[in-house]
Amino acid sequence: MTAIQVINLKRKFAQFTAVDSISFNVEEGEVFGFLGPNGAGKTTTISMLCTLLRPTSGSAIVSCFDVTHKPTEVRKNIGIIFQDPSLDDRLTAEDNLKFHGYLYHMDPKDIKERIPEVLNLVELYDRKSDFVRKFSGGMKRRLEIARGLMHRPKILFLDEPTIGLDPQTRSHIWNYILRMRTEHKLTIFMTTHYINESEICDRIAVIDQGKIKDLDTPANLKQKYGEKTLEDVFLKITGREIRQQEGESSWMQWMRRS
Amino acid sequence: MGDFWAIYILWLRDLKRFWYDKSRIIASFGQPILFLFVLGTALSPSFSGPGGINFSEFIFPGIIGMTVLFTAMFSSVSIIWDREFGFLKEVLVAPISRWSIVAGKTLGGSTVAMLQGTLMLFFAPIVGAKLSFLIILESMISMFLIALMITTLGIVIAARMKEMEGFHVIMNFIIMPLFFLSGALFPLDKLPSWLSILTRIDPLTYGVDLLRYVMIGVSEFPVMINISAIFGFIILFFAVAVFEFGISD
Repeated sequence: MTAIQVINLKRKFAQFTAVDSISFNVEEGEVFGFLGPNGAGKTTTISMLCTLLRPTSGSAIVSCFDVTHKPTEVRKNIGIIFQDPSLDDRLTAEDNLKFHGYLYHMDPKDIKERIPEVLNLVELYDRKSDFVRKFSGGMKRRLEIARGLMHRPKILFLDEPTIGLDPQTRSHIWNYILRMRTEHKLTIFMTTHYINESEICDRIAVIDQGKIKDLDTPANLKQKYGEKTLEDVFLKITGREIRQQEGESSWMQWMRRS
Repeated sequence: MGDFWAIYILWLRDLKRFWYDKSRIIASFGQPILFLFVLGTALSPSFSGPGGINFSEFIFPGIIGMTVLFTAMFSSVSIIWDREFGFLKEVLVAPISRWSIVAGKTLGGSTVAMLQGTLMLFFAPIVGAKLSFLIILESMISMFLIALMITTLGIVIAARMKEMEGFHVIMNFIIMPLFFLSGALFPLDKLPSWLSILTRIDPLTYGVDLLRYVMIGVSEFPVMINISAIFGFIILFFAVAVFEFGISD
């Protein structure tokens, strides 16, 4: 079964082509890494797959539904962990999860049962009544993962899930995610700047200047480019030149445009 | 059905935030108290209102209208915060329709504004306004209608504002004119025509007039005119707000 099918997907902003006719498939239960330097087109691609941004041309089928024609169906079947926090910090952890459940049409009884499950998964159950503004960055991120899993999505999108976190929290977060994958056959589509974290991926796509430069398993990539680490493979494919740093994440830019 | 629950939960979110933030509830009494007791007392001797009502009593419905205006406007302008701090993303990627987002936010902001306005009724005995169960009920309905009008207007404005810096602009060029032109602080019948025209364009004028009719039995316009004008503004602002939220990418 194919979880995500991308065919000649393209997105232009005025004169600039952010994503240039890319095509790839992600299989069900796969952990798929989407790597690229800043401004390569990662977030634009994720935004299109999550139905937040309309493709200029081409199509994407996510969980059997077309992102352009059936956005609501796509949204029901996916979970998203954003690059920037998106919790309501004036509410408690439990409130945030409850709200999410209602926004995703969950049964109130199911919401009640599901909250302890996802909170236990990210080890935050004892903090359920605390206001989110008292949480550390790592705790907020864990809560967002719990929230992304609340409605039992088939596909989880993670846009830089471990950015700005200490190594301990990062390793914990990957543990939760991999556990979810083995226990619930979750398909995971992730981007990260910590290239070596993408060792856990089944396959990796490297994107640069809106095009996919290569797509293979981590082992095959290392062999092909004759490098010992994925970081070196990544630098070999995309070059060592520093990319123009974005002042803010692409999510924020998208929010401002909308 | 999904949209119904989405509206419910967005409404509940505003209510919870209102309840959790008790210091804000108390702080928002500050300004109305100044108007009501300082201005009210100072100007009372030089005011002869219709039917012998004193100035404090006359401006009481206007000050409640002001409380509703401020609370409703701040509540809907909080969309800018949500945009800045991310919660809006969570709502926008949920499998719910755009109109239910606007409806949930409108009902939430309006309920909170109505509650804040209702708390002001505790000052009624001090200004000498008589209350009965029916007057309280009618006042609350009027406040809710005013709040619906202001919240939807606030969403229309907030949907266009991308930066928090715009907040002071809203304060000075929207909230204050809405308040001053509404007749909250003065009778509308002896105004020069330029000012009279401006007061009639202000949506809040009809809200304050309705509230004044309900609470102290005097009004400038017939009740049906007030109610029709308020509903007209609500429908207009709501439609524009839904339209603005519908435009993505």
